Order: sequence, then C-alpha cells, then structure tokens
Amino acid sequence: MSTPQERGEFGTQGARPGGGSRERVLARVRAALADVPAREAPEDVAVPRAYTPAHGQGATVDLLVDRLVDYRAHVHRVAPEELAERIGLALAHRRAHRVAAPADAPEEWFARTATTVVRDGGGLDVAELDGMDGVVTGCAVAVAETGTIVLDAGAAQGRRALTLIPDYHLCVVRADQIVDGVPQALPRLDPARPLTWISGPSATSDIELNRVEGVHGPRTLEVVIVE
Amino acid sequence: MRIALFITCVNDTLYPRTGQAVVRLLRRLGHEVVFPESQTCCGQMHYNTGYRREAQRLAVRFVETFADADAVLAPSGSCAAMVRDNYPRLGEPGSRLDRAVAELAPRVYDLSELLVDVLGVTDVGAYFPHTVTYHPTCHGLRLLKLGDRPYRLLREVRGIDLRELPGAAECCGFGGTFAVKNPDVSAAMGSDKARNVAATGAEVLCAVDNSCLMHIGGTLERGRTGVKAVHLAEILASTEQEPARI
Amino acid sequence: MSSVSPRSPHSAVPAEAVPAHRSATFVGMPPFPDAARAATRDSQLRHNLRKATHTIRDKRDTVVSELDDWSELRAAGKAIKDRTLRHLDHYLERLEEAVTAAGGTVHWAADAAEANAIVTGLVRATGERDVVKVKSMATQEIELNEALAEAGITAYETDLAELIVQLSEDLPSHILVPAIHRNRAEIREIFRDRMAAWGAPAPDDLSDDPRALAEAARVHLRERFLRTRVAVSGANFAVAETGTLVVLESEGNGRMCLTLPRTLISVVGIEKIVPTWSDLEVFLQLLPRSSTGERMNPYTSTWTGVTPGDGPQEFHLVLLDNGRTDVLADTVGRQALRCIRCSACLNICPVYERAGGHAYGSVYPGPIGAILTPQLRGTASPADAALPYASSLCGACYEVCPVAIDIPEVLVHLREEVTARPGHLGEKAAMGAAGWVLEGERRLGAAQRAASAARGLVPRRLPGPGAAWTDTRDIPEIPEESFRSWWRREGRHGRAETEGPAPGQLRDDPAERAGRGEDGGR
Ligand code: SF4
Repeated sequence: MSTPQERGEFGTQGARPGGGSRERVLARVRAALADVPAREAPEDVAVPRAYTPAHGQGATVDLLVDRLVDYRAHVHRVAPEELAERIGLALAHRRAHRVAAPADAPEEWFARTATTVVRDGGGLDVAELDGMDGVVTGCAVAVAETGTIVLDAGAAQGRRALTLIPDYHLCVVRADQIVDGVPQALPRLDPARPLTWISGPSATSDIELNRVEGVHGPRTLEVVIVE
Repeated sequence: MRIALFITCVNDTLYPRTGQAVVRLLRRLGHEVVFPESQTCCGQMHYNTGYRREAQRLAVRFVETFADADAVLAPSGSCAAMVRDNYPRLGEPGSRLDRAVAELAPRVYDLSELLVDVLGVTDVGAYFPHTVTYHPTCHGLRLLKLGDRPYRLLREVRGIDLRELPGAAECCGFGGTFAVKNPDVSAAMGSDKARNVAATGAEVLCAVDNSCLMHIGGTLERGRTGVKAVHLAEILASTEQEPARI
Repeated sequence: MSSVSPRSPHSAVPAEAVPAHRSATFVGMPPFPDAARAATRDSQLRHNLRKATHTIRDKRDTVVSELDDWSELRAAGKAIKDRTLRHLDHYLERLEEAVTAAGGTVHWAADAAEANAIVTGLVRATGERDVVKVKSMATQEIELNEALAEAGITAYETDLAELIVQLSEDLPSHILVPAIHRNRAEIREIFRDRMAAWGAPAPDDLSDDPRALAEAARVHLRERFLRTRVAVSGANFAVAETGTLVVLESEGNGRMCLTLPRTLISVVGIEKIVPTWSDLEVFLQLLPRSSTGERMNPYTSTWTGVTPGDGPQEFHLVLLDNGRTDVLADTVGRQALRCIRCSACLNICPVYERAGGHAYGSVYPGPIGAILTPQLRGTASPADAALPYASSLCGACYEVCPVAIDIPEVLVHLREEVTARPGHLGEKAAMGAAGWVLEGERRLGAAQRAASAARGLVPRRLPGPGAAWTDTRDIPEIPEESFRSWWRREGRHGRAETEGPAPGQLRDDPAERAGRGEDGGR
C-alpha cells in the first residue's frame, strides 16, 4: 500500500469553499469499495439488534436520583404544589440575587422567591449572562439509567448559551419526562433542534484520570424532580 | 481413546519432559497415545511475524499429518490457538487447505480441554505437594477461552496449595518474535509478571504454554527468586510414586 | 504529514496575540523499539501511565459489566459501522445533502494540505486572528494548528489535556487524555510557567490539587471563550440521515466552542458517519462506557446545520479523506475505520502502558495507532514499518474494543505487507531457514541432535541479537535429547495402563462442541 502522497496523486490546490475535492474523494471511495457487489444495498448489510431496548430498571425517579447524586448533582423530589417553594429555597441557599430564565418558563416557578428573575428571549449578551448568579430552566427528556437531562431549546429551556454561561443551573424535571434509557430518549427528540445532553455538572478526568467536577460548564447542577 | 500428540516444535526441542509427562498422564488414564513422526511445527512464529507463505506450507503439513486423528492434543495453548484460530485464515476460501482445516481444527485441543471436555475428567489422580500459582496466558484466556478448566484440574491435585496470581490476565510480554523485536518492552512486561508471581509466595509457576514459561521462568531465574516454571502436564502427571522433579 | 517550522516571534500578528509557542512534531522520531526503550527506563513516566491506565481500566470494567447486553451492543456497533463503510459514498452524499439543507456548507478535503487550506481560508474570510478549538483527533492528524500559525492565526486548545500539551510544547500521547503522561505536579509546573504567555496567568499559589488545576484552566480560558468568534471542532459522529453532528465531552469547553462563536468549522473524517438518528442509541451506550468509564459523559452536544438565534450562524463541515480511502480499499484493514476513538484499547494495552504514547510516533498511539498509522501513511519508512510489530498480539485490545476491531488480525496482515517489501534480509533468511528445517521432520531431528550435542557450549548470555533475550532472562538448558528421539527410543513402547474407552466413543459431537464455545471465539 502506498499513501496518496507517495503516489503523488493529489495536488493541494482546489481549496474552493463549498467544493474542494468532492468528486475526487467520492471516486476514491467508490474505487476502494470495488469488492462490494453493485447490487448490494446498504440495508443488505445486516445489523443484528439483539441488544435489549431497555435494561429493565425502569423509568424510575429513584434510579434517576441515584445517578444524579453519583455525578454530585444536588437533587430534590417535590410534589407540584411544592415546586415554587423548593425553587425559592434553592436560590436562597445559593444566595442568588439575579438569575436568568427562558422567556417561556412558567411564572408559578418563581412565585416564592426573592431573587430577581431576568427573562431571556435571546436578547441577553454574553457579558450579561456571565453576570448572572444562575439559570433556571426545564428540560425535554431525562434518562434514568444514565442520569442524563436533555435540553432541546424547546419549552422553558431557552437557547444553548443560557444554560452554559451561568455557573449554576437549576433544572426542573417532570416525572413524565423521564425515560428508561438512551434508546427511549432518542425517538422523543428532534435532531433538527440543537440538543445538549447533561449528565451532572461539568467535570474533567484529564488529571491522572480522576474525575473532578467543575470546569467550564456550570459547576453546580441542581435538579428538582416534580412527581 | 486414541490421542494423537502434536508435541510442538518448542516442546520437542527444549521441553521433552512436558511431552513425556503428557504421555505418562494419558496412559495412566487408560488412553493410547500416538506420535505421528512427520509432524514438525504449527507455523505460528512465521504467521505472526508476517511470513504467511511459510506458515501455509507448515499448515498443509499439519493437516496431512493429523487428518485421520480422532483427537489431536497440542500441549501448548498458543499452538492449539494457531490451528483453531489462524489456520482458517490461511487457505483461500473453498481451497483444499481450507476444507481440511475446517474438518480437522475442531478436533485439536489444548490439554485442559482434552481432559475436561473430551475425556470428562478433572481428578486425574495427581499428587504435587507444592504452592502453585497459575498464569492463564493470552492464548488460553482470550483465544481458546479455557476459562476455569485448568483451575478445575489443579484444584483436584492432592497436596497442592493454589495461590491466586495478581494481574493474571495481563500478557507476560513474550509474544514470539516480539521478545526480540521489542526487547525492552518485553522485558518490562516480563519483570512485572515475575514480580506478581513472586508476590504470591508460590514455589511453582504453572501455565499451559512453555513459551510463556520460558520467558517468565527465565526472568524469575535471572532474578534469583527460586520460583520454578512448570507446565500443567508435569503437575498433572506427578504422583506419589513418580513425583515431578522441580 | 508535513512538519511546520516553529512560528517566528516576528510574525505580523500583534505581539500580545503571539504566545512564544513552538510546535512539536512527530516527524523524525525514532522507530518504536528505540523510542520505547527510553520510555521503559523513565520511572516517573512508567508510574504515571500505570496509575492512569489501571484507574480507567477498572472504571470501564465496572460500567461495562453493568450492561448484560454489552456483547449485543458491540455486535450492533460493529455492523452499523460495516454498513456505513461498505456504502460510504452513498452516506457521504446523504450527509452532504442534509447538512446543506440545514444551512451548513460542506467542503471535501482529499488530504491534510487541502483541509488546512480550506480551514485557513474560512478563518481568513471572517477577518479573525484567533480560533478556539475543541479537542479533535482529525485536526491533530492534519497539523491544523501549525498551518493556521503559518497564516498568522492562533489556535487555542481548550480541552484541559490539550491545553497542557499546547502550553508545554509537548506532543499528545493518548487519544482521549493527550497529557496522560503528566502527573499533577508536572501539570502545576506547566501552568505556573506557561499560562501567562498564552493569556490569563495561573495564580501564584497554585497547588497541585486537581480541583485547583481545573479552576486555573477555567479562569485561563474564560475570557477567551466569551470573546472568540471562530471555533474549530471535530465530531464523534455525523448522522447521514439528518445531517446532525455529535460531540461528546466532559468539561463544557466543547459546549462553549460549539455555542458562543459566530462561525463553527468542523473537520470530520469521512468514516465518522452513522446512517440514522436511531443508530446513536448504540453508540451513545458504547462510547462513554468504553472511553471514560462513565455511564454517560457530562456533556453531549448535537447540532444540525444552523439554528437561527441559537449558536453559530455560520457552519462549515470539512470532510477529510487524508489516506482513509486507502484504508477502505484494504478488505482486512478496513475494519480500522470502525474505530470510534474511545481509547479502551490503549488503556488495556500492556505495551502502551510501558512504552507510552509518544513511542508510536503518531497522534494515534497504542493498538489502534499501530494499525491505523501504517495504513494512513504506508509502511515505507522504518518508523511506520515498525508499528505493526509494536504488539505481543495478546488480544486484550480486541476484547475491549466496542466495535470489535480485530486488531491482532490487522497487525499480522500489516506484518505481511512489511515483509513483502524489499529488505529484512536477515530475518527473511532466518525465517526461510527455519521453514526449511521445520518442513521436514528429518531435518528438524538433525538440527535438534546438533543442538543437544552443543548444549554444554551455549553460554548463559548470548552475544549479538540473542542478547536481546539474555540481557534480562536466562535461556533454558538444551535437553540431552529431543522428545522425538526419546519417543523413538523409548516412548512408543509404552501402553495404556487400563483399558480406555473405545475410540470414537468419547469423541465429542461437533455440534455440542460449537455450543460450548462460550462467545464463539474469534
Ligand atoms: S480501536 Fe476500538 S478500542 Fe481502540 S479506540 Fe478504536 S474503538 Fe476504541
């Protein structure tokens, strides 16, 4: 085998944005696949899907809580009527003066808090977001088995920057948003939307492969599950 | 049962006592041992080093030599694995070699498989009053998937004191020509393995492959640990009347 | 791969934007055995690597054994990638269509130089001089940072380990944790000495507590994230059906780069495709558990083209070949393109643990590097020809690989390619002679008799190439006679002590045998 460089096949010109070596690369791919019969369709390559659709642990709140705690997130379970109080307590405990929230987050969430809630409809700039003491949002889906919360920029979630820049993220999860595992989460999500899958606070394992929480993303994740 | 012994070139040349132990053991269990003299080598070293044609020729010789055998015993895990795992990659699909391999390879066994699966014994009446630790070897563990067969055999040995080997699954660093092409890494792996062996306090290191034992044993000897490397066959052949020399 | 000369301190870029940074390069590194020799003697390095690889091995083991359908997920992952690779042209066109429809622009790069030219041109068009980068193997492979530097553009690595490597003018030694060879004390020194040249300095009283080090990285990069307008990323997956790109990460630097800049340029190898959105259900289970040993990594971002009002408003996807089609053309080696860069094979590898990543002379170290690098670059140079031999073929890598790449099989295949090249005369002669002896039982018998006759003459330490063995190990004593000569003299006369069962009676049924093969072997 020789590399393209060895064979001197390719020049380095042709760097047109939007073009480049499209035909050349595709031709090389096709030539490389000479062993694949012309009649073979992609679906003819069998994919055995004998893995279990769910691991039988269920879409349970207990499991989600266990996983979130494992990631060192703060977790609370409340009844619907306790939610506003819980949010108020959490923000007070955090000594948050000003928090951001998506424009469409329910007004009731903030009925029992003294913290100033700044609504974002996309207008806050990066510096303003950086000046916030936190952000309060909902979510699209939560995955029990992996302790994951998925944001899809939909209802009560806002755009991505909103949940990224503030150092504290309080996320409200409704019990009916919890699914068993990853295979149950994907069909509920629209790939056309920008998605952020969050499993605990930001962390790194880059120093001696030990996990340390708190790098660039929110260093504190607080989750309130409404049952 | 009539068992054809594929002694393997390393055992033949350097470890005849392993072959003698196999013969003694199988006869003691009431089986007939034959040794087809046209046998030489499985071709593993050639194959693993990138000399496929040489390996092919040796594979042809092997299948011709053993075509009629009911069961072939290779008292070397890596050679049994070469035949079972790599021979099917040597012949062109549908070729004579390919068909002969498909026919023969399922009847080629390592010692622990032959005893446990084919002959159905775990207590072979052995006596070996020593502390022993067992190194499962890469081929035994990951290719042949011997699982607990060797331990089941060893646990039945009278007088034995079995010690668990830390980091047992890790390669000893022999790897055939790897030991010569990458001597420093090979030696580093060997000395870590030897350290783990010594840490068990065992007098004897046991395995199903004399190549690994030569490497670890040589390192143990150089380190003057006093631990002896002994093939499983020699432990199983050992009896009160005829104890193994260690 | 091209080597790039160190960036001149007198370049046209404003002084405060020019870190005194020299680019290290793998070009000219010695072949594996020599590079590994030095590593095995570096006790600090050995200690760091041992500690890190054993930590991650145990973590992976725990979370993988939690799933009782792991082998089924692995089989599905393998098959999905095989489907993609066998129809890669089809999926590349689907992906291009979907990305374009979602407002992105797709570029095709045949090689590293072309990819670098495309990215440089795109950054220039924005008028910016700084870019932030999410860790990406593809951009390391093409040495994009060096190419940008030549054009007066500074690329800031934002992944913690990449930052450590960049600040210390070092080379990556691991695909997931490029600074795995550094311990906390070394990282503290690097931060204290080097951060100021690149931006916010490290605090004077910085300790070596990993928390403090992570905090220092946060402070150092914070401003950079908030103001840089162009980001460069790779991707873990690209979904052909929907045009969605997927990046898995831990720290949030990925989210920063993928969200805040105005322009996002993603350089993605053509093999990163998965056909459908639902195929991710397999890979989002396989990858985090194999890679960081977590049930799920802290952050995964997915995006499809451009979303008005949310994230970058300009998105470019650069599809990179750079030798991948050569790998694709080799029906045995092709499986290396299934790789999802989890690094499990590095972490389990006993050779990697002792030799370290730099010895592999490539951004792709460890077992996957030993099969990928010689396929991407060819086996003409001594360094590339040595890589397929950088393994004892112990098979641990294949066992942990989440997409079942039979690395030992490809290694042996590449060794055949190496021996087919001119050279290796000594070894070829030896192998030929050994083959000749072994192809005849008489010749073997004669050789054994000669060895036995000379047994008293063999010293415990051998000269020449044999020293490689006897430097650290004793050689076994050559016995008085070979097995075959004992057999002829004595062995064949013995008999079974009791009457054994009739032949065939115990011969096991092949069907039954196939059944007991546990997971089927290889
Ligand atoms: S070869 Fe397999 S184990 Fe190694 S990095 Fe790639 S996917 Fe992971």
